[in-house]
Amino acid sequence: MMSFVSYFLSGVSLGSVYAIIALGYTMVYGIAKMLNFAHGDILMVGAYVAFLGLNSLGLPIPLATLLAMVTCTLLGIIIERAAYKPLRQANSLSVLITAIGVSYLLQNLALLLFGANPKSFSSFVPVGAVRFADGALTISGETLVTIAACVIIVAGLIHFINHTKAGQAMLAVSEDKGAATLMGVDVNRTIALTFAIGSALASIGGILLCSAYPTLTPTTGAMPGIKAFVAAVLGGIGSIPGAFIGGILLGILENLSKAYISSKLSDAIVFSVLIIVLLVRPTGILGKKIMEKV
Amino acid sequence: MSSILEVKDLCVYYGVIKALKGISFHVDKGEIVTLIGANGAGKTTTLQTITGLIPAKSGHVYYHDEEITKKPGHLLVRRGIAHVPEGRRVFATLSVYQNLMLGAYSRKDKDGVEETLKMVYERFPRLEERRNQTAGTLSGGEQQMLAMGRALMSKPEMLVMDEPSMGLSPIYVNEIFDIIRKIHEGGVTVLLVEQNANKALAIADRAYVLETGRITLEGQAADLLNDPQVRAAYLSK
Repeated sequence: MMSFVSYFLSGVSLGSVYAIIALGYTMVYGIAKMLNFAHGDILMVGAYVAFLGLNSLGLPIPLATLLAMVTCTLLGIIIERAAYKPLRQANSLSVLITAIGVSYLLQNLALLLFGANPKSFSSFVPVGAVRFADGALTISGETLVTIAACVIIVAGLIHFINHTKAGQAMLAVSEDKGAATLMGVDVNRTIALTFAIGSALASIGGILLCSAYPTLTPTTGAMPGIKAFVAAVLGGIGSIPGAFIGGILLGILENLSKAYISSKLSDAIVFSVLIIVLLVRPTGILGKKIMEKV
Repeated sequence: MSSILEVKDLCVYYGVIKALKGISFHVDKGEIVTLIGANGAGKTTTLQTITGLIPAKSGHVYYHDEEITKKPGHLLVRRGIAHVPEGRRVFATLSVYQNLMLGAYSRKDKDGVEETLKMVYERFPRLEERRNQTAGTLSGGEQQMLAMGRALMSKPEMLVMDEPSMGLSPIYVNEIFDIIRKIHEGGVTVLLVEQNANKALAIADRAYVLETGRITLEGQAADLLNDPQVRAAYLSK
């Protein structure tokens, strides 16, 4: 029983990382109507910057985290400006291929700058493990901090969207760019802001991920990036609560399959569930029904 | 010059198709001016070019004698031009209140916005009743009122309206035109595009007739209302 609780909680924690990454995917999709497949690689860049900040520059953990967030925010804005904005009027396939290209560019730049050898990422979580039930259940500090971070981020983001002018502008742009323009909303700036927020969150996701799974390589972001994309689709792409629920469910599912079925089959199980959910509910768990305009 | 808006030789292309073939017209302060014409004549294109949603190929748009032809669309509302678009285009997933507040997006004066909101609720009591309802669940007439209320939230000097009566029941059509008249009496200049030429000419000061991207006729609305050509082409009995 205690081992189940432990597997479950570490699943929630892994899912929290997926959720934090999925938020960026889902916001960018909702507002710019594109899938930013380079999103996973931004978290890898964030993890490298944090690693270098801590180990090479000797920064304290909060400053190294801040440095990673600022770097990724700028990177997100630059990528959007240079690679995606010129394609605003292009068809979605061109944008998708560009995004995949940016993903490979980031991976290979990291390979060039940091080398292929894995870096051993030291945990950014200063909290020790907590023991319950006379030591029968141990929950790591990483697990607790990751789950807490995810809840805080989701709550903060929902508040931001619903209660600030910039958040309302995002909703307006996601629904109708032309009408948003008529309201005085600068659509380009709103899209850039979305990339900035998504990329900052990705860097936090990268740091938390590497704190729990401390091997950092240039492809570290690839698989979590795809899983986060699956989480976003599972929850209903475009929906912030959907990304949260999709991420958590995916993490739990992955960890429990690893523990009780097969660690080799866990990814196959995760993706099979995605396929089944999409067959039953093509718009995902919280996805909006696509309404025909009358 | 008392013209608030002046359009000169405006040409717009959709790809290779010439949608506007050099149109010129003006709107004076305090007027209601209407553009009438058949489907595809270029009425909506004209309005969307003025408010910066579509780029002009050539020609000029002046607002208070200042060229706004190439100004990005989101800056125009700050100068006092509010556009009520064709098909209303309310934000369907947002509440009535959120839609209205987006109308005031470019305003910085919080107290002023509160006051305008009160004024809009007074003009459209239905919107106040339904302020927490999502806009997508409103009826067509209510959505039109919301689109108009949203535009008024920016405290415009000039209101540009595209087919406000489209798809509405006759009762709502009368109500909408009543409201337009009241908004105008409140000191707002109006540029109105309508297929319902009868109603539009009845409330307008002056009118222009658009035909396949050209202005073919212009004059006092009352004169056009009695013009046999216009009557035959655009007015039902």
